[in-house]
Amino acid sequence: MGFDQYHEPPEELSQQTRTFARMCTSLTEEAEAIGWYEQRMSVEADPEAVAIMADAQGEEFKHFAMDLEFLLRRTPKWREIAEGVLFQGGDIVEHGEAAEAGAGGGDGADAGPTSDTAGSLGIGSLKGAGR
Amino acid sequence: MNHLLRGHAPITDERWAEIDEEARERLTTALGARKLVDFDGPKGWQYSATNLGRVEPVAEAPIDGLEAAQRRVLPLSELRAPFKISRRELADGDRGAADVDFDDLDEAAMRIARAENVAVLHGWAQASIAGVTEATTHAVVKLGGAFEDYPNHVAKAVQLLLKSGIEGPYAIALGSDAYTGVVETTEHGGYPLLDHLRKILEGPVVWTPGVTGAVVVSLRGGDFLFESGQDLSIGYSHHDADDVHLYIEESFSFRVATPEAAVSLQP
Repeated sequence: MGFDQYHEPPEELSQQTRTFARMCTSLTEEAEAIGWYEQRMSVEADPEAVAIMADAQGEEFKHFAMDLEFLLRRTPKWREIAEGVLFQGGDIVEHGEAAEAGAGGGDGADAGPTSDTAGSLGIGSLKGAGR
Repeated sequence: MNHLLRGHAPITDERWAEIDEEARERLTTALGARKLVDFDGPKGWQYSATNLGRVEPVAEAPIDGLEAAQRRVLPLSELRAPFKISRRELADGDRGAADVDFDDLDEAAMRIARAENVAVLHGWAQASIAGVTEATTHAVVKLGGAFEDYPNHVAKAVQLLLKSGIEGPYAIALGSDAYTGVVETTEHGGYPLLDHLRKILEGPVVWTPGVTGAVVVSLRGGDFLFESGQDLSIGYSHHDADDVHLYIEESFSFRVATPEAAVSLQP
């Protein structure tokens, strides 16, 4: 298997950053799969096949959402910006600019994705966990 | 830099990552109550109160001929667990030591996790938080001493919830001793008690340090509401020649929306 999710030498990356990179790769793959199913369904004539593809695409929606939630929990600034953009009515670009301007940590030059400079441990909800 | 002042601590990025990961691991394991309730937030350090959606009448308006009311809110409360880390240990970590001493951090994490568990499940009167066992409208189920009897007690609690129309899945919070007893016990035929309880509950058995007895709750959602201002975070207090003084901190409120969605089991 390839290790091209790493842009820098893996041995120089912390465990935390390697996990972050893997989850970013997963997020990308789920988004690609969603796009592929969308294309397949648009050209498929057999309704039964389309139904199966739609079901499979639903799985990818779920995977994408879980990957994204994991990354947002570990990255407070990303979460803060996402909260200003996602599930809002109105102008997406305006929300994006406002959320970026309002996010903590200034321009982010000193805030790498896993440096947690905001200090939150990103624990959030644990509901349903346990043995 | 925000109010946690982490940038002022004499700690390298690598050690900060290690400290955060250590705290995250300890807290995630011990935050039992958080595994049972709905979590909303984090809404930020400046978020100060939960909207209760209710008003209290105000006897007099500024002028006659008006009705006046005041909104009721539940203020968020802050918890802070101080701890220190030896600068010598941190320096050794920077040299590559794999066994940096985080004992004080581990104890602080356990302290604040226990406090959160107790506040949510048993209440925190000084902070106006009514806990799950205080709010429940069900009679307390008596917990016998023998762990082999736990399935009967838990089944009784589940039955009380079902009779009140409270759907599952359900979960049980157990304090440290009870949890250990359940994990170590096997029933006749060697069937693990833990698995039997999970089958009755259709949900998890949760280690919840600080809880007295046990609490069975519904996990269907909407019944137990934890609102986070600042989620658990590590901040910097001060340092001297020997130690760096840090703290774990959070702000939150908790309220029970459906008192009948939980049953308290007590010895």
